[in-house]
Amino acid sequence: MIDVTTPPAPQKNRPFLGGRRVYRPNAKHVPVLATLALLIVMYSIGVYNYDGFSDTQVLLNVFVDNAFLLVVAVGMTFVILTGGIDLSVGAVIALTTTVAATLLAAGWPAGVVLPLVLLIGTVLGLGMGAVIHFFKVEPFIATLAGMFLARGLSLLIDRNSIPITNDFWTQMAQKRFRFGEGIFISLNVVIALIVVLIAALVLAWNRFGRNVYAIGGNADSALLMGLPVGRTRIAVYTLSGFCASLGGVLYSFYTSSGYSLHGQGLELDAIAAVVIGGVLLTGGSGYVLGTVLGVLVLGLIQTIIAFQGDLNSWWTRIVVGVLLFAFIVLQRLVTRKAK
Amino acid sequence: MTILRHRLFWPIAVLVVLLLSNLIFSNNFFKVTLLDGHLYGSLIDILRRSAPLVLVALGMTLVIATGGIDLSVGSVMAISGALACLLIGDLSNPDAVGPVLLVVVAAIALCVVAGLWNGFLVAVLGIQPIIATLILMVAGRGVAQLITDGQILNVHSSPYRVIGAGYFLAVPVSFLIAAVAVALTVALTRRTALGLLLESVGGSPTASRLAGIRSRRITVMVYVCAAAFAGVAGLIYSSDISSADSNAAGNLIELNAILAVVLGGTALTGGRFSIAGSVLGAVIITTLDITAVSVGVPVETTLLFKAIVVIILCLAQSATFRAKVFGRFGTRRAEVPA
Repeated sequence: MIDVTTPPAPQKNRPFLGGRRVYRPNAKHVPVLATLALLIVMYSIGVYNYDGFSDTQVLLNVFVDNAFLLVVAVGMTFVILTGGIDLSVGAVIALTTTVAATLLAAGWPAGVVLPLVLLIGTVLGLGMGAVIHFFKVEPFIATLAGMFLARGLSLLIDRNSIPITNDFWTQMAQKRFRFGEGIFISLNVVIALIVVLIAALVLAWNRFGRNVYAIGGNADSALLMGLPVGRTRIAVYTLSGFCASLGGVLYSFYTSSGYSLHGQGLELDAIAAVVIGGVLLTGGSGYVLGTVLGVLVLGLIQTIIAFQGDLNSWWTRIVVGVLLFAFIVLQRLVTRKAK
Repeated sequence: MTILRHRLFWPIAVLVVLLLSNLIFSNNFFKVTLLDGHLYGSLIDILRRSAPLVLVALGMTLVIATGGIDLSVGSVMAISGALACLLIGDLSNPDAVGPVLLVVVAAIALCVVAGLWNGFLVAVLGIQPIIATLILMVAGRGVAQLITDGQILNVHSSPYRVIGAGYFLAVPVSFLIAAVAVALTVALTRRTALGLLLESVGGSPTASRLAGIRSRRITVMVYVCAAAFAGVAGLIYSSDISSADSNAAGNLIELNAILAVVLGGTALTGGRFSIAGSVLGAVIITTLDITAVSVGVPVETTLLFKAIVVIILCLAQSATFRAKVFGRFGTRRAEVPA
């Protein structure tokens, strides 16, 4: 996705040349551009320090390993753009994988299981959205209850990890799109990219997308303008539920198992990805492309740690924290200066 | 009907229902006995076990009052327990009171540093609180494991054990610590202007700064308070089990604490807060966990049980829900756009 040989570096710090053609990025684009620039810096540091980091497949593997997170984060982007939050996504992944694995093990055909698990997540999202809108329960709490519910249900179904041996599932998991010698992406990446593309188009050019921004900017104004606030708000949580269960399906392709402890803490990864990508938690501002970059940042941090190779589990945590810190502070400084 | 309108009516109602449902399943639930000069009984157990969550929720209330959120409290708990156990393990005489007190002070001091860090990120660098504290949430557990070298440190120190498992005048010490912390916080926020300042910063940091309030200093202060309270909670936890377990200490407590705060009627948007509500929320959550065990809910369904109670409580607290469901029995209030 990112062409490394010609980095499209945003030129933010070029001196002001007496009103002549100076590139000034749109203020709304600054956070995304800052993330992009820092991502490229991070990638360059990786290439400089580690042998084999510049391999194209390393970059593609970031996508392969984080396709499910990408899908979940896209759903989260919609929710956060309206000023809400969805904590249930990690638990929905667990529920999706557990239900899918249990039903497949019981001999149900994949053609039934796949739509069914997607429906479960969607209905859960719809329910949470309805509670949030109709009963004015805070999104944080409604989705926290949804998280307990989904995780509790999957624990109830099975406490153990269940392997998936279904033919369709195995085929999907092993499907590779090859571009050359040792360069490939999995089906998960293709699905994730399609989701990203649709989401970007919807947000930019669709009436629903514009309503999402309007509600995030100011829900009262949106209501007074006659926009369908309630419908849109319920729709974003439904969408997030759908994306989470789709993420769960991708996760079950990726791990070939269903487990009630899958996706623990994933909601925070998704939120972090969205926020790193420049979306404001208060809503109304941000892009799906930013979210993609945010997921890439998290994935690249993992990759760097894997290349470092000699970190034990606690140093890994500390280094993740330090990298996250460095990234966020730099992004903050760049954004502030540009404004 | 005014009692139904009271902010704390629904949380109290849920707590009472929970306690009464315990009574059905175990007859001795409300029995409190005095044994060896200690009070024993399920009610005392609830008080003792809710102490860490009450402390964390207390700090969280202050943070949320300013419109922030602190996800790092669980990691801070792990850090304080880890440091305390490490230092006590190095003491020549772990049963001497003085050195153990010093260790406790050192552990809390480290937590204050953690709080300063969070406050610095939020107030000075202007990073969104959820992300700023996420950094310490991720890294903090690593730091705790680094302190204990990835091991579970066991300590044998009678003064240290008093913090979490001891009794003073027949009352659990951990409960006393939480009670003192609550009393101090209430006194400081409701008897001085501090509470007002907190709410004004939560309402609008810019407007408060223009009104002459040092909002930056207040913001840093609430994160320091949250971390210090979390540190004390971590000490209670680790002293209760006489060891430092960096993975289990304070696991998911940030969500429970936020839940407690919201159940108590404090809005996450900031600008107002209820300490009594948060304490009540924390006690409800602990009671819920204990009830699940005493009613005999299987381990697999505990989470489901919790989800259902939380949903019921949230709906009961939602004025709109009550108006929509029970509204036809009374006067229907006009719908006001949010």
